[in-house]
This record gives sequence, structure tokens and C-alpha cells, in this order.
Amino acid sequence: MVEITPGAAQPSRRLHDDYMALVGRRRLYSGILLALFVALMLGGFNLAADRNAGGFWSGLPSFFDFPRDVISEAWEARAELPGHLAEFLPALVETVNIAATATLVGALFAVLFALMSTRGLAPFPRLIPLVRRVMDVCRAVPEIVIALVLIYVLGGGPVPAMIAIAIHTVGALGKLFSEVSENASPKPVEGLQSVGANWTQRMAFGVLPQVLPNWFSYALLRFEINIRASAILGFVGAGGIGYELRNAISWGQGKFDQAAAVFILLFVTIVAVDQVSTLVRNRLIHGGAP
Amino acid sequence: MLQIEGLTKRFAATTAVDGVSFEVDRPIMLGIIGRSGAGKSTVLRMLNRLTPSSAGTISFEGEDITALRGGAVRRWQSRCAMIFQQFNLVPRMDVVSNVLHGTLNRHPAIVTLFNLYPAADIHRAIDILERLGIAETAAKRAEALSGGQQQRVAIARALMQDPKMVLADEPIASLDPMNAQVVMDTLRRIHDEDGRMVICNLHTLDTARRYCDRVIGMRDGRIVFDGTPAQLTTGVARDIYGADETFSEAATSTEIRDRADTPAEIAIRDAEALT
Repeated sequence: MVEITPGAAQPSRRLHDDYMALVGRRRLYSGILLALFVALMLGGFNLAADRNAGGFWSGLPSFFDFPRDVISEAWEARAELPGHLAEFLPALVETVNIAATATLVGALFAVLFALMSTRGLAPFPRLIPLVRRVMDVCRAVPEIVIALVLIYVLGGGPVPAMIAIAIHTVGALGKLFSEVSENASPKPVEGLQSVGANWTQRMAFGVLPQVLPNWFSYALLRFEINIRASAILGFVGAGGIGYELRNAISWGQGKFDQAAAVFILLFVTIVAVDQVSTLVRNRLIHGGAP
Repeated sequence: MLQIEGLTKRFAATTAVDGVSFEVDRPIMLGIIGRSGAGKSTVLRMLNRLTPSSAGTISFEGEDITALRGGAVRRWQSRCAMIFQQFNLVPRMDVVSNVLHGTLNRHPAIVTLFNLYPAADIHRAIDILERLGIAETAAKRAEALSGGQQQRVAIARALMQDPKMVLADEPIASLDPMNAQVVMDTLRRIHDEDGRMVICNLHTLDTARRYCDRVIGMRDGRIVFDGTPAQLTTGVARDIYGADETFSEAATSTEIRDRADTPAEIAIRDAEALT
């Protein structure tokens, strides 16, 4: 196939040897990494099993006891399920409202924070580390802590929950939005700069059209997460479906049929949000055509 | 060797390829020309089974390609290499790994995931790179190479498949004239030296005339010309491209010529002669 002349034989041999040595090194590294991974997983598992109060293996068979109880109880009282669904619907609407408002407010601030913290787009590049740390703080503090503090200050109700979730959303979405904008092409922005557009105009016409579909799907994913977060905050007195769930889920009260109704409502809501998200995202990407 | 009968591709509203039939009885270098949107790419993609066909049959050495399903499709694809306009390499992997991808169909997934290609395959990949004159790039990332080098890596990946047939979809449309010539010479070489059939979509007439044994012209999804390069006159070309008398080959030519003959170059030469 290849004609090897005496003069060319030497460099060719060297190319083969060099590359084979490279392959050997790579295989060695991946072998070491794999062995390390397996060792850490095994070691970590043993440590965790030792420190577990009950014992992992002995507890494993009863893993499904609770779900089985919930399902069997709910099945026995299945006739009352439609009634429960109707009963909890207003609470679900409140929970979804908290999540929607928090997502909307959080996303708006996240847009600003994201653009302020993206290299190449930020109007004040020196502020990038500061903006990023602010977002880190927003993400680091658990929602439930902020909510508890706000409930103490403002009293129980949906508003403290909304603010708590919105703060976390700013941090989470700001980071994701910023990473999306980092991958946006700088060419349209340069084109707009060449006609004398200011920062707001460059962002609105050069960056937003590129990143909007991705931002939108991240925001809707966040909306799903926020519905769950808002349900959890109901446990600590923020109202909504979480409050109903806390009352129903406690073991031994025979209210598992109500708990099942709450789960069904939450599940249906998440599925609905997911479907809408897919639909809207496809429209955004394909320019109106379904 | 290759028979195509009534091959058709319908998309939602349009018919991209409309009843294309032709036959090739021995390994030749076949060029397909036509303006963009004529259906050239769709024909090649249907041959490789990247795109399913709506109607018609493709048979290669007596085997019905359109009837293949599942694993048989992937085995066919490994025997029918494809080269793309934008090279379609994995940018972050090194050149030899990209060439070794040509053997993916022959190895179980787990072997390739752990990069445990047989040493013989690795040596053969480097030999192929050497043959195409880019062996010194072996350990570089594909994205670090120039367009012409990347396209040669893509040809090396195709050769690694050891295919009977190589499909090339506008292989030189993203390259400068110098690199375009190197890549076309390489495609001609793998035809001449290995006896592989090469089917090549082209958008410039001079390339088709210079490199191909037979040329098919497509317009609006149909074959409107099928003949030797010598029969490909300017009049025929106007039919294929649907152009009027103002159509001039020189205006779009990318061939490197010995003497300048575009109006601008003549003007420059005249100006230089005066000084």
C-alpha cells in the first residue's frame, strides 16, 4: 500500500512508535482511573453502610413498604379519589402560582445577572466576579432557610415562599443563562457594534435571538423544580398543596388516599409543564412552524 | 454493480428527488452536478441510508440496499463510506482516533469505548494517513487542522472502512482552490489505485470535467443529463443550472490556471505592462 523507501522508513517507524506509546499511556491512565473509581465506590459504600443507623442490607427489603402502604390504602379508598382531587385543586393552584411568580421574577433578574457576568458581553467586566459571587450566595442558602426567616418577619403565607424561591432561581438560572450566552456567537454582536448600537441594543438583537430557546427551556425546567420547592415550603407554613400533603402523609392516620391525590395532582402538573415546554421550545427554534 | 431504479424522496411539501434511475456497471468515478437544492445530496444520503427513501430501489452487487433493516443497515454503511462538505469529524479527538472511527462497525461498543482498538488497526490508520501525506498530524486534535487537512482525515476515515464505494457530498465546497485540488487528486487516487467506486457531488463544472469518468446532471430532483465529461458543453450546463446566456463558467470557476483570464486579471496584467 505504501511504498517505503529506505530514506522514508525511519521517520515513519518513529511516527508509529510515538503514537503507540501515546495510546499505551492513555490506556494506562484510563485503567488507573477505572480502578480508582471502583475502589472509591466500594470503600464509600462500606463506610456509609457502617455508619447507617439501621443497616443497609437489613433495611433494603422494607424499602417498598411505605409506597406499598400508600398505594394499597389509596386503592381501597379509590371511590373518594375524585372528591379529594377536587378538594386539593385550589391548594395546587396556589402552589403553582407561587412557583410561577417566583420563576418569572427570578428569571427576569437572572437575565440581567447573566449578561453582567458573561465574559465578552458584560458592560462592566470588572464586576463579573462580584456578580458571580452574589449568584453563588443566592444558590448556596437553602430556600427553606430564607422562607423560615421571611415567615418569621412577614408572617406565614405565599409571599415569603415566593421571595425565597425567586432568590434561589436568580442564582441557578443566572449561572445557566450565563453559560448559554458564553457559547453564543460573537459575530452578530460585532455586526451590531459596527453600526453603532449601544449595549442594550446589542444584547436585545445580537444575543437574545440566539439564546432565547435555551433560556426558555431552562426557565421551564426551573418552573418544574420550583413547583416541587413550593410544595415543600408548604410544610413549613407557606400554604398551598404542601400543607395538605404534610397533613396527609404522616404515617398511621389512614389519610394515604389524600396523599395519593396530592401526588397525582403534582405529577399531572409536572407532565403538563413538560409538554408545554417542548411545544413552545419547538416553535421558538423552528420560527413559528409546529 | 450499482443499479438505482425510480429513487424518490418526498418531504412534507416538496419532492427533493423524483424518480432517479441510473446504472453503473464497473467502479468508475461518477460526478453529480446541479445547483443547490437539485437533490444531489439527498441522492447520496439515500445511497448511504442516512436518509430513508420514499420510493424506488437501490441495489449494489445484486443486494437490495433499500430493504435492509437494523444491523444490516449499519453493515452496509460500513461498506459505503461517506465524505461530507463540512468534514464531520469529531473536533476534540485526535486525528488517528478519528480515522479509527472507520472501524467502529467491526468492533463491539465496549472495546471502542475503552479505546482498545487492535494494534494492527492503529498501524493501518497511520499508514493511511502517511499515504495521504498527513501522517505528521497523527496526534493532533482534528479541530487544529486546516480545512484541506481535515478533509483528508475524513478520506482516511473512509479508507479505514475499506469500502467498495465512496460517496463524497460536495467535498471541496468549503475549501480554497489549492486544497480543493489536493482533495480531488486524493479522491481520484483512491479510485485509480484501489479500484474503488467514487460518487462525488460537485458544484463546479470544471472539476467534474477534469476528474470524473461520467457526469450526471440533476435539476429539480430529476436527472437531466447523463454522459461523458466531453458531452458536457456550456449549452448543456445552462440547461442543468437553468441559467440564461449571461451564465459564464469562468465567473464561478475555482480551478487554478496557468494564465489569468478573468477580466479583472487581464486588466491588472495590462496595467502592469504599461509601467
